[in-house]
Order: sequence, then C-alpha cells, then structure tokens
Amino acid sequence: MLRIEQLRKNYHGTEVLRGIDLTVEPGQVVCLIGASGSGKSTLLRCLNLLETVDDGTVWLADESGAEQDVTDPRVDVDGVRRRVGIVFQAYNLFPHLSVLQNLVLAPTRAAGVSRQAARERALVLLERVGLADKAGAYPDALSGGQQQRVALARALAMDPEVLLLDEITSALDPLLVGEVLDVVKGLRADGIAVVMATHEMAFAREASDVVAFLADGEIVEIGPPEQLFDAPQDPRTAAFLARFRD
Amino acid sequence: MVLGLLLLGVVSSPGWDRVQRTFFDWQDAKDSVGPITEAFWLNVRLFVVCEVFILVVALVVAVVRVVPSPAMAPLRLLATIYTDVFRGTPTLLVVLLVGFGVPALDLAGAPTSLFWLGVIALTLSYGAYVAEVIRAGILSVHPTQWASGRALGLSYGRTLRHVVLPQALRRVTPPLLNDFVSLQKDTALLSVIGLVEALRQANIISNRDFVFTPLVVAAVLFIAATIVLARLADWLTVRSMRREAGGL
Repeated sequence: MLRIEQLRKNYHGTEVLRGIDLTVEPGQVVCLIGASGSGKSTLLRCLNLLETVDDGTVWLADESGAEQDVTDPRVDVDGVRRRVGIVFQAYNLFPHLSVLQNLVLAPTRAAGVSRQAARERALVLLERVGLADKAGAYPDALSGGQQQRVALARALAMDPEVLLLDEITSALDPLLVGEVLDVVKGLRADGIAVVMATHEMAFAREASDVVAFLADGEIVEIGPPEQLFDAPQDPRTAAFLARFRD
Repeated sequence: MVLGLLLLGVVSSPGWDRVQRTFFDWQDAKDSVGPITEAFWLNVRLFVVCEVFILVVALVVAVVRVVPSPAMAPLRLLATIYTDVFRGTPTLLVVLLVGFGVPALDLAGAPTSLFWLGVIALTLSYGAYVAEVIRAGILSVHPTQWASGRALGLSYGRTLRHVVLPQALRRVTPPLLNDFVSLQKDTALLSVIGLVEALRQANIISNRDFVFTPLVVAAVLFIAATIVLARLADWLTVRSMRREAGGL
C-alpha cells in the first residue's frame, strides 16, 4: 500500500527524519510511538505532502498494485491527498460551516461527487461516529471529542485508502479519548490502512498490527505490538516504555 | 447629563438667536428638504454602485497580493503599487484628477458622464483601502485552516474560496462597513466636479437665500444613511456570532 524508503527531511539544517524505512500493507494499522520531537508528526506530514521531502521515496500503490512515487515533484498533489487523508491533533474543522457542510465540502469540490450523494454519505459517516444528531450544529458548539470525531468523519468522506492520524487524542480530555479511539478501531472493518502517531500505549498495543518506535528521526525498533511492548530489543525502546508503566 | 449641559450652554449663548435663525430655521428646512432629498438620491445611487465595484476590485487586489505563486509576481507588484498609490493620495485629489483629467484625454470610449467618472474615482481610492482590509482578513485566518483544506485534496483556489475567504470576509465585515460609511460621506466630494448631489444642492440653496439650514438638512440625510448601514453591520455581526456559537 505504502512503501517508504530512506526518507529524509531537514528543517533549517537539523535532520528531523534520517532515513525512515517503513512498509504499510493494505488494511494494516501501524502505530508510531516515541517522545515529542522524535519525528512522528513530520513523517505523517511528509506522507500527505504537507511537507516536502529532502531525500528518499514514498511509493503509494493503487488497487492494481501499480506504485507511484508521491515525492516526485510532478505528482498530482491534490490527487494523492484525496487518497491519503490526515487528521490533526487540533481537529481544524471549518468553523464557518456546519458539521454536515464540513463533510460535504471536499467530496463535492475536490472529488466531483454530487451534492446529494455527498450528503447521504456524510449522514452515514456521522451515524457511524455517533453524531448523526449534530449534522446541523457548528463546530464551536461541540466538545473536543465530538469535534475530533467529526474530523475523522470528514477525512473518511473522501474515501481515502490510507488515513494518517497525527496524535488525534493528545488535545482531548482523558474522558473523551475513548470515544475517538473507538472510531479508529472501527476503521479496521473498512480495510483502510491507518498510520497513527500516538501516546496511547494501551491502544497501540491492543489495536495495531505493527508498532514502530521512533527516536531522533529514526525508527529504532519495529515489530508486532506484543514483541515491541513485552520484549523490546533496543535499550532505548525499553527506557521509553518504562516511563509509561507504573 | 454632559450632553444636556452642553446643549444648554449652546442654547443660552448670546449669539444663539442668530444661529438658530440661520442654521435651524424650521421654515427654511421645510422649503429645502424636497430638492435636497432629491439630490441625495444621487448620493445613494453613487455609493450603492461604488460599493459593488469597490468590493470586486478590492477582492481581486487582495487575492492577487496573497497568492504566493511565482507566476503571479508581476500582478502582485502591480497590485502593491496600486494600493500604495491610491491609499497615499487624498480622495479629493483622485476625484479632481479623474473628473477633469480623463475627459481631457479625449480617449475614445472613455466615460464622459460625471456620474461614472465619480464612480471610477471613488472606486480607485476606496478599492485600495478595502483591499488592505480584506487582505488583513485573509492573513488572519489560521494557517491550519489552509492545511486542512489542502490536506483534504482541495486545490489552492478552492481552499481559498470555500475555506479561507468566507472566514476572512466574516471577520472584516465591521471594518469593511466602516469604510463604506466613510464612502457614503465622501460621495459629497464629487460636488467639486460638478455633480449636483445633496451637499451641492444644499449649497446652492443656502447661497441663494443666505441661510445655512439647508446644510444642516443635508447633514441629517447623511447621518440617517450612515445609521442604516451601522445597524446593518451590528445585525450581521451578531447573527454570525450567534450562528457559530451553536444556536441556529
């Protein structure tokens, strides 16, 4: 689905990503863990082309298996973004539009979906994130957890093949984290590949297929959750995880 | 209280009787209100037409100045020069230059009607102000709004149009209407190129009858028009605030 090879990114001379290799299979849930500043968010932003990449390639495969290098400057950026959705920590809903309009805007204006079809799909998605009754409300009237669920539904409305989740529960009241993570768990049924930067270790352990631990712009250790959490091979992984225990 | 004392002070001043006769004579007011109101319709037509043109010009100029694409660089320079020049030139000067300059050029197709010359002058001058207001509004929309529009696959233009501009325009509505209030008053400047609008008409009457009451009548008309616009601004602001706060 997504094959990342030797991805590098500099910010003003500082290497934020130093050669990331990562493969995401269709329908897989991959969690990125690591301290703040380890490069998790930058990696996700590179995959969605919100950041330009300095070196390396990101291969995005379509249904037929044909791969396309999305870091190529000639690539159809908007086309890639329609296939690779992203949800941010700060929700970033459009405050001047109702919840329903937030979901309808991109499908109708970027993907050529008819207004009617986009509305119907939006209502189904709102039902799914448990907010069907909020279709007419404006974002500022919703709680953080509700706004983040709308943001998830908004990204899903574009029918992405890959969904990038950038610490989507970090800004939430602990009581509201669960309702958002429940929606993420439900994505498995759709076969959407998910790459998620998170500090929710229990969730990463329970819901992901692969967990990658990042430090200083590198993937230090990667593997199935049981292995990474219960038998970390690298002392840095062990030290990081120890801070989350007790 | 303060206002009352001030009023009392004015009314009890030794010259009040004479002032009242020349400025606030009821009979003079009644005689002049007809022709002045008629002339004021010209002001109304002027500012309504100007407002439409100004919005279009300002929007285009503001967008051109904001778009980062290198292909837009020459246009961006042009837009910057335009705002610098017309924001720096007194409106009265622009009115005189356009009003007397354009017809003197004898260009084929150049408008000769005073009405349209006036519209052009005010649009040029106010377009520059309003463009800056709109540009400030666009820049005040948080960059994450751009990011989330683009991240959904919306193009730059569509993100601008559907995500950023609606928020920007909502935010600048109060200062924008403030500029329009100022514009309504500045339609009086067009009297210098010979348009017989409310101020000019009032002047004609007061020169004929040696009274100033007609000027006060004109002032009242300008104030009335301003109040309408100010209340509209208040209403719009309250409505959008209430809607986004979740009511509806």
